[in-house]
Amino acid sequence: MDFSIASILMLDGITNGAIYALLALATVLVFAVTRVIFIPQGEFVAYGALTLALLQLGQVPGTVWLLLAMALLAGALDAVAGLRRGLPAGAVALGAARSLAVPVAVTAITVWAAPLKLPLMLQSLLTLAIVTPLGPLVYRLAYEKLADATVLVLLIVSVGTHFALTGLGLVFFGAEGFRNPSFWDERFTLGPVTLAGQALIIFMVSLALIIGLFLFFERTLRGKALRATAVNRLGARLMGISTSGAGQLSFGLAAFIGALSGLLIGPTTTIFYDSGFLIGLKGFIGAIFGALASYPAAALGAVFVGLIEAFGSFWASAFKEVIVFTLILPVLLWRSFQAGHHDEEE
Amino acid sequence: MAVLRPLVAALIALAAPLAQADITIGVSLSLTGPASGLGIPIGNAIKLWPTSIAGEKLKVIVLDDATDPTKAVTNAKKFVTEDNADVVVGSVSTPAAIAMADTLAESGTVQLMQSPAVLPAGKDAWAFRLPQGNAVMAYAMVEHMKKNGVKTVGFLGYTDAYGESWLNDFKAQSQQLGGPQIVATERFARADTSVTAQALKLVAANPDAMLIVASGSGAAMPHKAIVERGFKGRIYQTHAAASRDLMRVGGKDVEGAYVASGPAVIPEQLAAGHPSKAIAAEFVAQYEKAYGPGSRNQFAGHGYDTMIVLQKAVPMALKKARPGTKEFRAALREAIETMGRTVVSHGVLAYTKDNHWGFTTETGLILKVVNGDWKVE
Repeated sequence: MDFSIASILMLDGITNGAIYALLALATVLVFAVTRVIFIPQGEFVAYGALTLALLQLGQVPGTVWLLLAMALLAGALDAVAGLRRGLPAGAVALGAARSLAVPVAVTAITVWAAPLKLPLMLQSLLTLAIVTPLGPLVYRLAYEKLADATVLVLLIVSVGTHFALTGLGLVFFGAEGFRNPSFWDERFTLGPVTLAGQALIIFMVSLALIIGLFLFFERTLRGKALRATAVNRLGARLMGISTSGAGQLSFGLAAFIGALSGLLIGPTTTIFYDSGFLIGLKGFIGAIFGALASYPAAALGAVFVGLIEAFGSFWASAFKEVIVFTLILPVLLWRSFQAGHHDEEE
Repeated sequence: MAVLRPLVAALIALAAPLAQADITIGVSLSLTGPASGLGIPIGNAIKLWPTSIAGEKLKVIVLDDATDPTKAVTNAKKFVTEDNADVVVGSVSTPAAIAMADTLAESGTVQLMQSPAVLPAGKDAWAFRLPQGNAVMAYAMVEHMKKNGVKTVGFLGYTDAYGESWLNDFKAQSQQLGGPQIVATERFARADTSVTAQALKLVAANPDAMLIVASGSGAAMPHKAIVERGFKGRIYQTHAAASRDLMRVGGKDVEGAYVASGPAVIPEQLAAGHPSKAIAAEFVAQYEKAYGPGSRNQFAGHGYDTMIVLQKAVPMALKKARPGTKEFRAALREAIETMGRTVVSHGVLAYTKDNHWGFTTETGLILKVVNGDWKVE
């Protein structure tokens, strides 16, 4: 190992670490607001990358129909609940129309735009528009009724959701993988290191998103409402913050971050329908560094995971995953010494 | 009436063996789930099977195992107990095929595996593989390397059974034939987001050639990573990568790659003297007539070859016993073991009592990717 090899490995590790950092942030966000350990986070990565891949081929991706089906189901549930509560039919219909408007519009645009093979940027925006609304719908259908259940119950629901979404991914995208075209093909040479344009985009987008999230939580009312819910659900509710709305918002952000990560990582590797799980899991290990509570620690932890992965692959590629996932043990030990004793459930 | 009744019973008793004389073939394939891309083409080839062999009607029962070993075992048990199958075909996914083997061996039923599944010694008495094992492919690859003056090889393979068995088979063949040395060994997993580190280390070892052991579209990412690190030597891929997904995902970076393959999918380019040329052409013509031009693939070839094996072995077994009996199943196994050199679309089979892998070293071909298409080397 000399300086040039080390610098190439560092660059590789930080590039992947930036993606893991985004996913770690999403994991922390979802856990803080809803107490859900969101295992399906990685599925949105695969959905994002593969939805774009199918749009590239000029096909209508199956995720669109999933979006429509979930929106219809959620609309029907809302309508039934509304009628039971004795709301007038007009108000119920209006509510259903409002929640269905976006998914129906996205579906219509996709069906119309898919065969046109729009420029890459427009297709990427369309991909975000398809995958992001899946987040709130997943919350609405899988978690909302259980919002007050224990962390363990929510975890089990997460495992189920993960399997359901992976299975659907296989149906939508098939067993073979895809690699998306690069957003920026330029290459810069800095001494021994070749910096790909795509890696630069990954750094810049990750940084922009982290700053964006910071501003969102610090400066906007909705962001502060999310933080309030994270600190104390009951207290936030008493202050007139809808915890259900907060849950949907956090899942929406998680899906957006996931899809964006998928778009970023799609051009650097081959993504399969089930690739998201491992990527999400590495983000989760990053989140563990932050004890599922601290955003900066989670982001740094995720970059650290990326670096360990790169150097681990170099020294002992057969044991790379073992090295990365064993990392969780000392971190947990350190965390538990630091935090002292807590009850299982607060 | 009282006299008639035993007469009718006797007639029915006489008729029963006749009705049972159909040859029952149980087929368990992965028609859904992750291996469905392999199972569906075999299912399609089976739909083109003839309806009889040597005047005996065929009863083909196709079940889906959903790429699930548990389901595959349930299917195997159903074939053995309810359908009284004479022979079982499947499965296409290796774990499912291995799971079925015990049930079928216990009942003494021939299993024509559609996957190159490795069974522990002594466990494959009733199992025959239709796809080529890694050893015959490694043989072709080592020969090609020797011809092109490759002395050292870097190995980059999956961290699973496929990668491991290729590493062992390649080493063994290379040693036997006096081929190249493996100078660096690195591993990766299909879901990895980057193999930059492994590629760095391999390129630093500076071998004459690289061997990448991965499957389908998963084979493109490591290939690109090695090219990106500036490797200028030859890059070899295994027969699991011999699908168009390699070019679809790899694009111009896989140009010039050497890929091991069976002969079934490129009869047009085979040398005139190649034993499989005629039969592979026949397979491609038949399959593409039914499923459209360009639909040919190696998996459908295995389904086609299964019938060729049965057409040769069943008449031999029929001389010894009637279908539907234990004796017939045993005779069928013996027939497959003793039928000798059999030319199929994927090469030349020669099963023996001790060798249930079948394929001879005439089987493997090396293809080169030229302008996004295959060219026989």
